[in-house]
Amino acid sequence: MGLAKRIIPCLDVDAGRVVKGVKFVDIRDAGDPVEVARRYNEEGADEITFLDITASSDERETIVHVVEEVAGEVFIPLTVGGGIREVADVRRMLKAGADKVAINTAAVFNPEFVKEAADSFGSQAIVVAIDAKRVSGEGEPSRWEIFTHGGRKPTGIDAIEWSQKMADLGAGEILLTSMDRDGTKIGFDNELTRAVAEAVPIPVIASGGVGDLDHLVDGIKLGGADAVLAASIFHFAEYSIGEAKQHMADAGVEVRL
Amino acid sequence: METIAVVDYNLGNLHSVSKAVEHVAPDARVLVTDDHAQIAQADRVVFPGQGAARDCMKAISDHHVEAAVREAAEVKPFLGICMGLQVLMEYSDENGGTPLLDLFPGQVRHFARGRVDDNGVPLKIPHMGWSQVNQAIDHPMWQGIDDQSRFYFVHSYYIVPDDKSIVAATTDYIDPFACAIASDNLFAVQFHPEKSADAGLQLLKNFVNWKP
Repeated sequence: MGLAKRIIPCLDVDAGRVVKGVKFVDIRDAGDPVEVARRYNEEGADEITFLDITASSDERETIVHVVEEVAGEVFIPLTVGGGIREVADVRRMLKAGADKVAINTAAVFNPEFVKEAADSFGSQAIVVAIDAKRVSGEGEPSRWEIFTHGGRKPTGIDAIEWSQKMADLGAGEILLTSMDRDGTKIGFDNELTRAVAEAVPIPVIASGGVGDLDHLVDGIKLGGADAVLAASIFHFAEYSIGEAKQHMADAGVEVRL
Repeated sequence: METIAVVDYNLGNLHSVSKAVEHVAPDARVLVTDDHAQIAQADRVVFPGQGAARDCMKAISDHHVEAAVREAAEVKPFLGICMGLQVLMEYSDENGGTPLLDLFPGQVRHFARGRVDDNGVPLKIPHMGWSQVNQAIDHPMWQGIDDQSRFYFVHSYYIVPDDKSIVAATTDYIDPFACAIASDNLFAVQFHPEKSADAGLQLLKNFVNWKP
Protein backbone atom coordinates (compact mmCIF):
# COMPACT_ATOMS: atom_id res chain seq x y z
CA MET A 1 0.00 0.00 0.00
CA GLY A 2 1.31 3.41 -0.85
CA LEU A 3 -0.05 6.82 -1.48
CA ALA A 4 -3.82 7.34 -1.60
CA LYS A 5 -5.33 9.07 -4.62
CA ARG A 6 -6.92 12.28 -3.41
CA ILE A 7 -10.48 13.49 -3.87
CA ILE A 8 -10.67 17.26 -3.85
CA PRO A 9 -14.01 19.06 -3.80
CA CYS A 10 -13.72 22.49 -5.38
CA LEU A 11 -15.71 25.51 -4.26
CA ASP A 12 -16.09 28.32 -6.78
CA VAL A 13 -16.66 31.34 -4.57
CA ASP A 14 -18.26 34.55 -5.81
CA ALA A 15 -18.50 37.41 -3.31
CA GLY A 16 -18.57 34.99 -0.39
CA ARG A 17 -21.01 32.42 -1.83
CA VAL A 18 -20.33 29.02 -3.38
CA VAL A 19 -21.45 28.97 -7.01
CA LYS A 20 -20.89 26.61 -9.89
CA GLY A 21 -20.77 27.78 -13.45
CA VAL A 22 -21.53 25.49 -16.35
CA LYS A 23 -18.82 26.23 -18.89
CA PHE A 24 -18.12 29.24 -16.70
CA VAL A 25 -21.31 31.01 -17.72
CA ASP A 26 -24.55 29.83 -16.10
CA ILE A 27 -24.05 30.18 -12.36
CA ARG A 28 -26.08 28.51 -9.58
CA ASP A 29 -25.86 29.28 -5.86
CA ALA A 30 -24.67 26.36 -3.70
CA GLY A 31 -24.33 27.84 -0.25
CA ASP A 32 -22.08 29.31 2.41
CA PRO A 33 -18.46 28.29 1.76
CA VAL A 34 -17.62 27.75 5.41
CA GLU A 35 -20.58 25.42 5.89
CA VAL A 36 -19.86 23.59 2.66
CA ALA A 37 -16.18 23.16 3.58
CA ARG A 38 -17.15 21.85 7.01
CA ARG A 39 -19.47 19.28 5.44
CA TYR A 40 -16.82 18.10 2.97
CA ASN A 41 -14.31 17.73 5.76
CA GLU A 42 -16.75 15.62 7.78
CA GLU A 43 -17.41 13.47 4.71
CA GLY A 44 -13.70 12.72 4.36
CA ALA A 45 -12.42 15.12 1.69
CA ASP A 46 -8.65 14.82 1.32
CA GLU A 47 -8.21 18.49 0.54
CA ILE A 48 -10.41 21.47 -0.33
CA THR A 49 -9.86 23.97 -3.12
CA PHE A 50 -11.43 27.43 -3.22
CA LEU A 51 -11.49 29.28 -6.52
CA ASP A 52 -12.35 32.92 -6.06
CA ILE A 53 -14.26 34.12 -9.10
CA THR A 54 -15.31 37.42 -7.57
CA ALA A 55 -15.19 40.05 -10.25
CA SER A 56 -15.68 43.19 -8.18
CA SER A 57 -12.54 44.32 -6.41
CA ASP A 58 -14.30 45.63 -3.29
CA GLU A 59 -15.54 42.10 -2.57
CA ARG A 60 -12.12 40.48 -3.08
CA GLU A 61 -11.35 40.52 0.62
CA THR A 62 -14.24 38.14 1.36
CA ILE A 63 -12.24 35.09 0.25
CA VAL A 64 -9.56 35.91 2.85
CA HIS A 65 -12.17 35.78 5.60
CA VAL A 66 -13.59 32.54 4.23
CA VAL A 67 -10.13 30.95 4.31
CA GLU A 68 -9.43 32.25 7.82
CA GLU A 69 -12.66 30.86 9.13
CA VAL A 70 -12.29 27.48 7.43
CA ALA A 71 -8.64 27.12 8.48
CA GLY A 72 -9.62 27.57 12.12
CA GLU A 73 -11.72 24.43 12.14
CA VAL A 74 -10.93 22.27 9.12
CA PHE A 75 -7.58 20.51 9.47
CA ILE A 76 -6.86 19.23 5.98
CA PRO A 77 -4.92 20.99 3.19
CA LEU A 78 -6.59 24.08 1.74
CA THR A 79 -5.82 25.57 -1.67
CA VAL A 80 -6.94 28.99 -2.84
CA GLY A 81 -6.91 30.22 -6.43
CA GLY A 82 -8.30 33.12 -8.40
CA GLY A 83 -6.79 36.57 -8.55
CA ILE A 84 -3.32 35.52 -7.37
CA ARG A 85 -1.13 37.99 -9.25
CA GLU A 86 1.85 38.84 -7.09
CA VAL A 87 3.89 37.55 -4.19
CA ALA A 88 1.88 39.71 -1.77
CA ASP A 89 -1.31 37.86 -2.82
CA VAL A 90 0.36 34.51 -2.12
CA ARG A 91 1.58 35.69 1.27
CA ARG A 92 -1.87 37.02 2.21
CA MET A 93 -3.58 33.72 1.38
CA LEU A 94 -0.98 31.61 3.19
CA LYS A 95 -1.22 33.91 6.18
CA ALA A 96 -5.00 33.52 6.17
CA GLY A 97 -4.47 29.76 6.53
CA ALA A 98 -4.20 28.40 2.99
CA ASP A 99 -1.56 25.72 2.47
CA LYS A 100 -1.27 26.23 -1.26
CA VAL A 101 -2.23 28.86 -3.78
CA ALA A 102 -3.20 28.19 -7.38
CA ILE A 103 -1.72 30.57 -9.93
CA ASN A 104 -3.38 30.68 -13.32
CA THR A 105 -3.49 33.69 -15.62
CA ALA A 106 -0.65 35.50 -13.88
CA ALA A 107 1.68 32.61 -14.76
CA VAL A 108 0.87 33.04 -18.43
CA PHE A 109 1.66 36.74 -18.42
CA ASN A 110 4.69 36.37 -16.19
CA PRO A 111 6.09 32.83 -15.85
CA GLU A 112 8.86 34.10 -13.57
CA PHE A 113 6.16 34.82 -10.97
CA VAL A 114 5.87 31.07 -10.44
CA LYS A 115 9.60 30.85 -9.74
CA GLU A 116 9.49 33.86 -7.46
CA ALA A 117 6.56 32.42 -5.49
CA ALA A 118 8.16 28.96 -5.25
CA ASP A 119 11.47 30.47 -4.11
CA SER A 120 9.68 32.52 -1.46
CA PHE A 121 7.26 29.95 -0.07
CA GLY A 122 8.46 26.57 -1.33
CA SER A 123 7.17 24.50 -4.24
CA GLN A 124 4.76 22.66 -1.95
CA ALA A 125 2.72 25.87 -1.65
CA ILE A 126 2.51 26.62 -5.37
CA VAL A 127 -0.05 24.99 -7.66
CA VAL A 128 -0.20 26.10 -11.26
CA ALA A 129 -3.73 25.95 -12.66
CA ILE A 130 -3.87 25.20 -16.38
CA ASP A 131 -7.01 25.59 -18.46
CA ALA A 132 -6.49 23.56 -21.62
CA LYS A 133 -8.59 23.16 -24.73
CA ARG A 134 -8.16 20.64 -27.51
CA VAL A 135 -7.08 22.42 -30.70
CA SER A 136 -6.30 19.44 -32.94
CA GLY A 137 -8.86 18.43 -35.55
CA GLU A 138 -10.29 14.98 -36.33
CA GLY A 139 -7.56 12.57 -37.37
CA GLU A 140 -4.72 14.86 -36.30
CA PRO A 141 -2.41 13.99 -33.38
CA SER A 142 -3.96 15.32 -30.17
CA ARG A 143 -2.84 18.77 -29.18
CA TRP A 144 -4.07 21.13 -26.47
CA GLU A 145 -3.47 24.81 -25.88
CA ILE A 146 -3.87 26.84 -22.75
CA PHE A 147 -6.57 29.45 -22.40
CA THR A 148 -6.95 32.29 -19.92
CA HIS A 149 -9.82 34.37 -18.55
CA GLY A 150 -12.06 31.46 -17.68
CA GLY A 151 -11.39 29.70 -20.95
CA ARG A 152 -12.21 32.63 -23.22
CA LYS A 153 -8.79 33.78 -24.41
CA PRO A 154 -6.47 31.52 -26.42
CA THR A 155 -2.73 31.94 -25.89
CA GLY A 156 -1.27 29.69 -28.57
CA ILE A 157 0.81 27.94 -25.89
CA ASP A 158 1.02 24.14 -26.00
CA ALA A 159 -0.41 22.68 -22.78
CA ILE A 160 2.14 19.86 -22.40
CA GLU A 161 5.15 22.10 -22.93
CA TRP A 162 3.64 24.66 -20.60
CA SER A 163 3.16 22.05 -17.83
CA GLN A 164 6.80 21.06 -18.10
CA LYS A 165 7.90 24.67 -18.00
CA MET A 166 5.82 25.31 -14.88
CA ALA A 167 7.35 22.28 -13.15
CA ASP A 168 10.83 23.51 -14.10
CA LEU A 169 10.06 26.93 -12.63
CA GLY A 170 9.13 25.37 -9.29
CA ALA A 171 5.41 24.55 -9.36
CA GLY A 172 4.69 21.82 -6.82
CA GLU A 173 1.54 20.57 -8.50
CA ILE A 174 -0.54 21.04 -11.65
CA LEU A 175 -4.31 21.61 -11.50
CA LEU A 176 -5.34 20.64 -15.01
CA THR A 177 -8.80 21.65 -16.24
CA SER A 178 -10.18 20.61 -19.60
CA MET A 179 -12.15 23.58 -20.90
CA ASP A 180 -13.87 21.28 -23.36
CA ARG A 181 -15.24 19.16 -20.53
CA ASP A 182 -15.78 21.67 -17.73
CA GLY A 183 -19.45 21.66 -16.73
CA THR A 184 -20.41 18.99 -19.29
CA LYS A 185 -20.63 16.02 -16.87
CA ILE A 186 -19.31 13.63 -19.54
CA GLY A 187 -16.01 12.88 -17.76
CA PHE A 188 -12.44 14.19 -17.71
CA ASP A 189 -10.39 14.49 -20.89
CA ASN A 190 -8.33 11.48 -19.81
CA GLU A 191 -6.04 11.68 -22.81
CA LEU A 192 -5.06 15.21 -21.82
CA THR A 193 -4.57 14.22 -18.18
CA ARG A 194 -2.39 11.28 -19.10
CA ALA A 195 -0.28 13.31 -21.50
CA VAL A 196 0.48 15.85 -18.76
CA ALA A 197 0.86 13.28 -15.94
CA GLU A 198 3.49 11.42 -17.96
CA ALA A 199 5.28 14.61 -18.94
CA VAL A 200 5.86 16.16 -15.51
CA PRO A 201 7.58 14.88 -12.34
CA ILE A 202 5.05 16.62 -10.04
CA PRO A 203 1.50 15.57 -9.03
CA VAL A 204 -1.37 16.31 -11.44
CA ILE A 205 -4.95 17.02 -10.36
CA ALA A 206 -7.56 16.21 -13.03
CA SER A 207 -10.45 18.65 -13.31
CA GLY A 208 -13.38 19.44 -15.57
CA GLY A 209 -16.26 17.22 -16.61
CA VAL A 210 -17.10 14.91 -13.72
CA GLY A 211 -20.72 13.76 -13.90
CA ASP A 212 -20.64 10.43 -12.09
CA LEU A 213 -18.39 8.37 -9.86
CA ASP A 214 -16.96 6.23 -12.69
CA HIS A 215 -15.47 9.41 -14.11
CA LEU A 216 -13.39 9.79 -10.94
CA VAL A 217 -12.07 6.24 -11.34
CA ASP A 218 -11.28 6.90 -15.02
CA GLY A 219 -9.34 10.05 -14.12
CA ILE A 220 -7.01 7.91 -12.02
CA LYS A 221 -6.86 4.71 -14.07
CA LEU A 222 -6.99 6.11 -17.60
CA GLY A 223 -5.74 9.63 -16.92
CA GLY A 224 -3.00 8.66 -14.47
CA ALA A 225 -3.93 11.59 -12.21
CA ASP A 226 -2.69 11.81 -8.63
CA ALA A 227 -5.89 13.52 -7.52
CA VAL A 228 -9.34 14.24 -8.92
CA LEU A 229 -11.22 17.48 -8.45
CA ALA A 230 -14.96 17.94 -8.79
CA ALA A 231 -17.49 20.55 -7.84
CA SER A 232 -21.12 20.21 -8.84
CA ILE A 233 -21.59 16.48 -8.15
CA PHE A 234 -20.75 17.20 -4.51
CA HIS A 235 -22.40 20.62 -4.08
CA PHE A 236 -25.85 19.52 -5.04
CA ALA A 237 -25.52 16.38 -2.92
CA GLU A 238 -25.78 14.06 -5.92
CA TYR A 239 -23.02 12.07 -4.24
CA SER A 240 -21.23 12.42 -0.93
CA ILE A 241 -17.44 12.35 -0.75
CA GLY A 242 -17.75 9.13 1.23
CA GLU A 243 -19.74 7.46 -1.56
CA ALA A 244 -17.20 8.63 -4.09
CA LYS A 245 -14.32 7.17 -2.10
CA GLN A 246 -16.07 3.86 -1.54
CA HIS A 247 -16.82 3.63 -5.24
CA MET A 248 -13.18 4.27 -6.07
CA ALA A 249 -12.00 1.74 -3.48
CA ASP A 250 -14.37 -0.87 -4.95
CA ALA A 251 -12.88 -0.16 -8.36
CA GLY A 252 -9.40 -0.88 -7.00
CA VAL A 253 -8.19 2.68 -6.49
CA GLU A 254 -6.25 3.27 -3.27
CA VAL A 255 -8.05 5.95 -1.25
CA ARG A 256 -8.16 7.17 2.34
CA LEU A 257 -11.36 5.75 3.85
CA MET B 1 -2.31 26.98 32.67
CA GLU B 2 0.19 25.18 30.45
CA THR B 3 2.13 27.09 27.86
CA ILE B 4 2.93 25.53 24.50
CA ALA B 5 5.52 27.31 22.37
CA VAL B 6 5.36 26.91 18.60
CA VAL B 7 8.83 27.88 17.44
CA ASP B 8 8.62 30.58 14.79
CA TYR B 9 11.68 31.29 12.74
CA ASN B 10 9.86 32.99 9.92
CA LEU B 11 9.63 30.00 7.63
CA GLY B 12 6.35 29.08 6.11
CA ASN B 13 2.92 28.97 7.53
CA LEU B 14 2.63 28.38 11.28
CA HIS B 15 -0.99 29.43 11.31
CA SER B 16 -2.25 25.90 10.75
CA VAL B 17 0.06 24.39 13.36
CA SER B 18 -0.91 26.89 16.03
CA LYS B 19 -4.62 26.69 15.15
CA ALA B 20 -4.59 22.91 15.35
CA VAL B 21 -2.77 22.95 18.70
CA GLU B 22 -5.24 25.52 20.03
CA HIS B 23 -8.06 23.32 18.79
CA VAL B 24 -6.92 20.30 20.83
CA ALA B 25 -5.68 22.29 23.85
CA PRO B 26 -8.34 24.94 24.46
CA ASP B 27 -7.10 25.48 28.01
CA ALA B 28 -3.46 26.00 27.12
CA ARG B 29 -1.71 29.19 26.12
CA VAL B 30 -0.27 28.69 22.63
CA LEU B 31 2.57 31.08 21.76
CA VAL B 32 4.01 31.41 18.29
CA THR B 33 7.43 32.74 19.18
CA ASP B 34 11.11 33.02 18.37
CA ASP B 35 11.89 34.37 21.84
CA HIS B 36 14.50 32.31 23.70
CA ALA B 37 13.01 33.04 27.12
CA GLN B 38 9.48 32.13 26.05
CA ILE B 39 10.66 28.86 24.52
CA ALA B 40 12.73 28.14 27.65
CA GLN B 41 9.75 28.83 29.94
CA ALA B 42 7.18 26.89 27.90
CA ASP B 43 5.91 23.57 29.22
CA ARG B 44 5.93 22.02 25.75
CA VAL B 45 7.59 22.91 22.48
CA VAL B 46 6.37 22.32 18.93
CA PHE B 47 9.08 22.70 16.31
CA PRO B 48 7.62 22.93 12.80
CA GLY B 49 9.62 23.62 9.71
CA GLN B 50 9.33 24.19 6.01
CA GLY B 51 11.42 25.07 3.06
CA ALA B 52 14.82 23.82 2.05
CA ALA B 53 17.41 22.51 4.53
CA ARG B 54 19.85 25.36 4.08
CA ASP B 55 17.17 28.07 4.43
CA CYS B 56 15.82 26.31 7.47
CA MET B 57 19.25 26.10 9.17
CA LYS B 58 19.95 29.72 8.27
CA ALA B 59 16.61 30.85 9.71
CA ILE B 60 17.29 28.91 12.92
CA SER B 61 20.60 30.71 13.20
CA ASP B 62 19.28 34.16 12.18
CA HIS B 63 16.50 33.96 14.75
CA HIS B 64 18.87 32.69 17.46
CA VAL B 65 16.54 29.81 18.29
CA GLU B 66 19.16 27.06 18.03
CA ALA B 67 20.14 27.06 21.72
CA ALA B 68 16.51 27.16 22.85
CA VAL B 69 15.57 24.32 20.51
CA ARG B 70 18.52 22.18 21.63
CA GLU B 71 17.66 22.76 25.25
CA ALA B 72 13.94 22.03 24.76
CA ALA B 73 14.76 18.83 22.87
CA GLU B 74 16.73 17.67 25.93
CA VAL B 75 14.37 18.50 28.74
CA LYS B 76 10.67 18.91 27.86
CA PRO B 77 7.96 17.40 25.67
CA PHE B 78 9.13 18.27 22.18
CA LEU B 79 7.34 17.66 18.88
CA GLY B 80 9.19 18.14 15.59
CA ILE B 81 7.11 18.37 12.40
CA CYS B 82 8.31 17.87 8.80
CA MET B 83 11.52 19.92 8.43
CA GLY B 84 11.43 20.02 12.24
CA LEU B 85 12.20 16.30 12.09
CA GLN B 86 14.79 16.46 9.34
CA VAL B 87 16.97 19.17 10.91
CA LEU B 88 17.41 17.02 14.03
CA MET B 89 19.63 14.71 11.98
CA GLU B 90 23.29 15.09 11.22
CA TYR B 91 23.46 15.97 7.56
CA SER B 92 21.15 16.51 4.58
CA ASP B 93 21.91 15.90 0.93
CA GLU B 94 19.74 18.93 0.10
CA ASN B 95 21.31 22.10 -1.38
CA GLY B 96 24.48 20.23 -2.29
CA GLY B 97 24.97 19.08 1.32
CA THR B 98 23.84 20.85 4.49
CA PRO B 99 25.06 20.18 8.05
CA LEU B 100 22.09 19.97 10.45
CA LEU B 101 21.62 20.19 14.23
CA ASP B 102 23.07 16.69 14.74
CA LEU B 103 20.92 15.61 17.67
CA PHE B 104 20.69 12.16 16.12
CA PRO B 105 23.29 10.48 13.90
CA GLY B 106 21.99 9.88 10.40
CA GLN B 107 21.34 11.39 7.02
CA VAL B 108 18.54 13.07 5.10
CA ARG B 109 18.21 11.81 1.51
CA HIS B 110 16.24 12.64 -1.63
CA PHE B 111 13.70 10.13 -2.95
CA ALA B 112 14.95 7.95 -5.78
CA ARG B 113 13.87 9.36 -9.15
CA GLY B 114 12.53 7.53 -12.15
CA ARG B 115 10.19 4.91 -10.61
CA VAL B 116 6.72 4.35 -12.10
CA ASP B 117 3.45 3.24 -10.49
CA ASP B 118 1.03 0.45 -11.51
CA ASN B 119 -0.56 2.75 -14.10
CA GLY B 120 2.81 3.35 -15.75
CA VAL B 121 2.89 6.96 -14.57
CA PRO B 122 6.07 8.29 -12.90
CA LEU B 123 5.96 8.30 -9.07
CA LYS B 124 5.81 11.96 -8.28
CA ILE B 125 8.24 13.90 -6.14
CA PRO B 126 7.36 15.58 -3.79
CA HIS B 127 5.59 12.78 -1.99
CA MET B 128 2.34 14.71 -1.58
CA GLY B 129 -0.78 13.26 -0.01
CA TRP B 130 -2.08 10.66 2.41
CA SER B 131 0.10 7.64 3.18
CA GLN B 132 -0.24 4.89 5.73
CA VAL B 133 1.87 5.22 8.85
CA ASN B 134 3.05 1.86 10.19
CA GLN B 135 3.63 2.16 13.92
CA ALA B 136 6.94 0.52 14.85
CA ILE B 137 6.63 0.83 18.63
CA ASP B 138 4.01 1.29 21.33
CA HIS B 139 4.08 4.91 22.39
CA PRO B 140 1.72 7.30 24.21
CA MET B 141 1.77 9.47 21.06
CA TRP B 142 0.00 6.67 19.15
CA GLN B 143 -2.80 6.36 21.68
CA GLY B 144 -6.22 6.24 20.01
CA ILE B 145 -4.66 6.10 16.52
CA ASP B 146 -5.07 2.89 14.56
CA ASP B 147 -1.93 1.33 13.15
CA GLN B 148 -1.67 2.12 9.41
CA SER B 149 -3.79 5.26 9.72
CA ARG B 150 -3.17 7.71 6.92
CA PHE B 151 -1.46 11.04 7.50
CA TYR B 152 -0.78 13.92 5.11
CA PHE B 153 2.78 14.21 3.77
CA VAL B 154 4.55 16.82 1.63
CA HIS B 155 8.28 16.28 1.22
CA SER B 156 11.05 15.33 -1.19
CA TYR B 157 13.63 14.24 1.39
CA TYR B 158 13.43 11.61 4.13
CA ILE B 159 15.52 10.70 7.15
CA VAL B 160 17.78 7.66 7.48
CA PRO B 161 18.71 7.47 11.18
CA ASP B 162 21.72 5.32 12.13
CA ASP B 163 20.05 4.14 15.31
CA LYS B 164 16.99 2.15 14.19
CA SER B 165 15.76 1.89 17.79
CA ILE B 166 14.52 5.50 17.63
CA VAL B 167 12.17 4.73 14.69
CA ALA B 168 8.57 5.10 15.91
CA ALA B 169 6.90 4.58 12.52
CA THR B 170 7.64 3.91 8.88
CA THR B 171 5.91 4.73 5.61
CA ASP B 172 6.31 3.26 2.16
CA TYR B 173 6.62 5.67 -0.75
CA ILE B 174 9.09 4.84 -3.50
CA ASP B 175 11.06 3.09 -0.70
CA PRO B 176 10.19 2.42 2.94
CA PHE B 177 11.47 5.17 5.23
CA ALA B 178 11.28 6.31 8.87
CA CYS B 179 8.46 8.83 9.21
CA ALA B 180 8.53 9.24 13.00
CA ILE B 181 11.18 9.02 15.69
CA ALA B 182 10.89 8.85 19.48
CA SER B 183 13.56 9.36 22.11
CA ASP B 184 12.77 10.12 25.77
CA ASN B 185 10.90 13.46 25.77
CA LEU B 186 11.19 13.97 22.02
CA PHE B 187 8.86 12.86 19.24
CA ALA B 188 9.20 14.02 15.66
CA VAL B 189 7.23 13.25 12.52
CA GLN B 190 7.70 13.76 8.78
CA PHE B 191 3.98 14.13 8.08
CA HIS B 192 1.76 17.09 8.99
CA PRO B 193 -0.53 16.25 11.93
CA GLU B 194 -2.05 19.72 11.66
CA LYS B 195 -3.30 18.77 8.16
CA SER B 196 -4.16 15.13 8.82
CA ALA B 197 -7.80 15.46 9.91
CA ASP B 198 -8.86 13.31 12.89
CA ALA B 199 -5.72 11.16 13.12
CA GLY B 200 -3.56 14.28 13.13
CA LEU B 201 -5.63 16.04 15.76
CA GLN B 202 -5.46 12.92 17.93
CA LEU B 203 -1.66 12.91 17.67
CA LEU B 204 -1.52 16.59 18.69
CA LYS B 205 -3.88 15.87 21.56
CA ASN B 206 -1.63 13.02 22.66
CA PHE B 207 1.30 15.42 22.61
CA VAL B 208 -0.55 17.96 24.75
CA ASN B 209 -1.30 15.21 27.31
CA TRP B 210 2.07 13.46 27.06
CA LYS B 211 4.02 13.09 30.31
CA PRO B 212 7.35 11.59 29.28
